[in-house]
Amino acid sequence: MPRHAPPPDAAATLAPVATKLTSAQLFVLFTQMTLLGFGGVLPWAYRILVERRQILEKGEFRELLAFAQILPGPTICNLAVIIGHRHAGIHGGIAALSGMILSPFVLVIMLGLAYRHYGDLLPVRHALAGMSAVAAGLIVAMALKMLRDLPRRRKNALLLVLAFAGIALLRWPLLTVIGLLAPLALAVFWTETHR
Amino acid sequence: MSGNVAIAWALLLHFSMISMMAIGGGVIALTPDIQRFAVDAHHWMSNEDFIAAFTIAQASPGPNFLFATLVGLQAAGWLGAVAATVAIIVPPSVMTVVTLRLSVKHGSSAFGRTVKAALSPLSVGMMLATAWSLARVADNSWGSAVLTALTVIVVMTRNFNPVWLIGIGALVGILGWI
Repeated sequence: MPRHAPPPDAAATLAPVATKLTSAQLFVLFTQMTLLGFGGVLPWAYRILVERRQILEKGEFRELLAFAQILPGPTICNLAVIIGHRHAGIHGGIAALSGMILSPFVLVIMLGLAYRHYGDLLPVRHALAGMSAVAAGLIVAMALKMLRDLPRRRKNALLLVLAFAGIALLRWPLLTVIGLLAPLALAVFWTETHR
Repeated sequence: MSGNVAIAWALLLHFSMISMMAIGGGVIALTPDIQRFAVDAHHWMSNEDFIAAFTIAQASPGPNFLFATLVGLQAAGWLGAVAATVAIIVPPSVMTVVTLRLSVKHGSSAFGRTVKAALSPLSVGMMLATAWSLARVADNSWGSAVLTALTVIVVMTRNFNPVWLIGIGALVGILGWI
């Protein structure tokens, strides 16, 4: 990473990392981020938190993201809660999370209501058919990328196939499939590292 | 209206349980189960409405899991939308705060690495299942299957914002090419 030493007066105008944001600031920050996030908020979280506002350093962002991914639930919401909590405790967490959710919630409801009214019109149906085919392609590509990045190991392949078969082919409830496979996976990997 | 209350309640219960199953970060990976629950088991909506909800949420700003909000809206109106959204967000967020309060070590710890390694094949399996079930519903013609395949090729080889691709999909659809 190239290091540009900023002149002393410029350094003073950069947002210092140590400054704590208030709940109101967190709400606004995460609202901006989420409204820019067409097709996924995570890239914008990086651009705004690390590059523009310098609230987090690159490595910090990566570490918090890894933490947010291990926790169950939507990564981006976990990240909002972690960063909000760090700056303003529980209230900060709630503020960041609300900022992340409220405006897109209202927008998506408006689109949903529009679909209810106009969803039967032929041009709308045709447009949605095309959009859905692309949306499915995006998810297929995401799944293939994840598959490509998974280490080639027999136990990974076995767990993956079992999860896929349970959910997609047998169409069992997710709670059953993951309830059975998660303890199995943890046991298998735990015994490997603690022998 | 009491029907809506009952449905919203069922959504709240089911979604709060499966939100904790969203491992590796992808609430998208809950799609097959939400489809199974809302379309196959309860007949709250058709497959066509389901894929429309998914697509609309993908095309609008904000977290992608807002498709669960639209499933709630379709099943039980406003109440359903709120119930579905709260159920997806709140349980994991509470867990996150509890974890922070207990100052459990971060993802770089040995324990974190083991959990991540163990859960990642499951999250890949869930994602492949999602891809499978979405493609089965979305690709009901040769044209749409080709469009899905082209999208996969473009995404794997180029770096486009997905929203542009969805826009192109809308255009292709309106022109009647699929």
